[in-house]
Amino acid sequence: MEEKVRKVELAISLVLRIGVVISVVVIAVGLGLMFAHHPAYLPIRGHFSYKELTSKSTPFPHSFASLGHSIVQGDGRGIVVLGVLILILTPVLRVVAGVVSFLYEKDPPMALVTFYVLVVLVGSFFLAGV
Amino acid sequence: MYDCTYILGSVTPLDFVVSLALISVAAGLLGSLVGLGGGVVIVPVLTLLYHVDIRLAIGASIVSVIATSSGAAAAYVRERMTNLRAGMFLEIATTTGAVSGAYLTTLLPTRFLFVFFGLVLGYSSLATFRRRHADVPLTVSNDRIANYFNLHGSYYDQAEQREISYKVVGTKPGLALMYAAGLASALLGIGSGALKVPAMDSAMHLPMKVSSATSNFMIGVTAAASAGVYFIRGQIDPIIAAPVVAGVLLGATFGARVLGRVTSKTVRIVFVVVLVVISLEMLQKGIFP
Repeated sequence: MEEKVRKVELAISLVLRIGVVISVVVIAVGLGLMFAHHPAYLPIRGHFSYKELTSKSTPFPHSFASLGHSIVQGDGRGIVVLGVLILILTPVLRVVAGVVSFLYEKDPPMALVTFYVLVVLVGSFFLAGV
Repeated sequence: MYDCTYILGSVTPLDFVVSLALISVAAGLLGSLVGLGGGVVIVPVLTLLYHVDIRLAIGASIVSVIATSSGAAAAYVRERMTNLRAGMFLEIATTTGAVSGAYLTTLLPTRFLFVFFGLVLGYSSLATFRRRHADVPLTVSNDRIANYFNLHGSYYDQAEQREISYKVVGTKPGLALMYAAGLASALLGIGSGALKVPAMDSAMHLPMKVSSATSNFMIGVTAAASAGVYFIRGQIDPIIAAPVVAGVLLGATFGARVLGRVTSKTVRIVFVVVLVVISLEMLQKGIFP
């Protein structure tokens, strides 16, 4: 019993670790590109305020179509958003890892519980209209 | 409150990214230690200090919760601090609560909800504080659900330098509180960890450190359930999200190391202080909006 739980723990820990590392690397690349393409952002003292980038009217991708377009163009903003989406998917993937591990370890009640969570989670994405 | 627009007028995007990343390290550290996520710190910092629009601040907060959860949980789960089975079992109630909350949003007045949950959290902080001397793990449990799913566990406490075994009780009130936690996070956008920790600590008698680590494990899934909506609504601004994710992940990694070493009592006191602040903040929003 203890041995089984241990394997599930290690599998889930690994999924979380991989998701976090990939997302942080993608975000760092995107941030680097953003500064490389806009030298005006860089000085420590300057007239260009961050508020230009954090106001309500700031353009940044928030649909899959505009995100794809932005990534193809090599825009840093789009790549940062991609990294954030990878981060958002990480908890979903760890629920998937839970279902698979519990099935593999022949623990039907827990596999059923995690599968229900997965269904509700995926359902919530569709309900949101993603 | 004084206005810092004058000082911030000369803040360039680089200054913004670097300073926000440093503050996010602190947010990740605190959030991972008490199982609440980084949103508790991120939202007030962005709105009050940087004057960022509240909608973008909430988007950043959701991202910071997922970062705290995934960053710290990787370590907590491997070190057996998280009760994986109990966490996954209770997610039944939190995810269901989050989805039903999305439908109730338009039905219930927000001001009433803030007062209601403000009082609930106030009571929870009192209940959590009272248990500071009675924090002894149970050795027997006749809770049928907990026995059937084998939700009991054990962990190695670095502070006490011994293996601590514990039994879980009260799964029914636990599930009810978890449903309320999911509901509250969908209705009010608050970090649902504030209700998850007391549910596991007071109702189910999990050790404080396990409650915190397990809440930390669960909040990522609750936040992911609403993150899709925030992305489509355009609330995830890359220049805010990038430093928040980087800083929070770093802070959460440190926080995960700290939780192992400090005593359960310390975690409990820090948690109670943060909970009292959140509860007062909610009452203020409900009474003087």
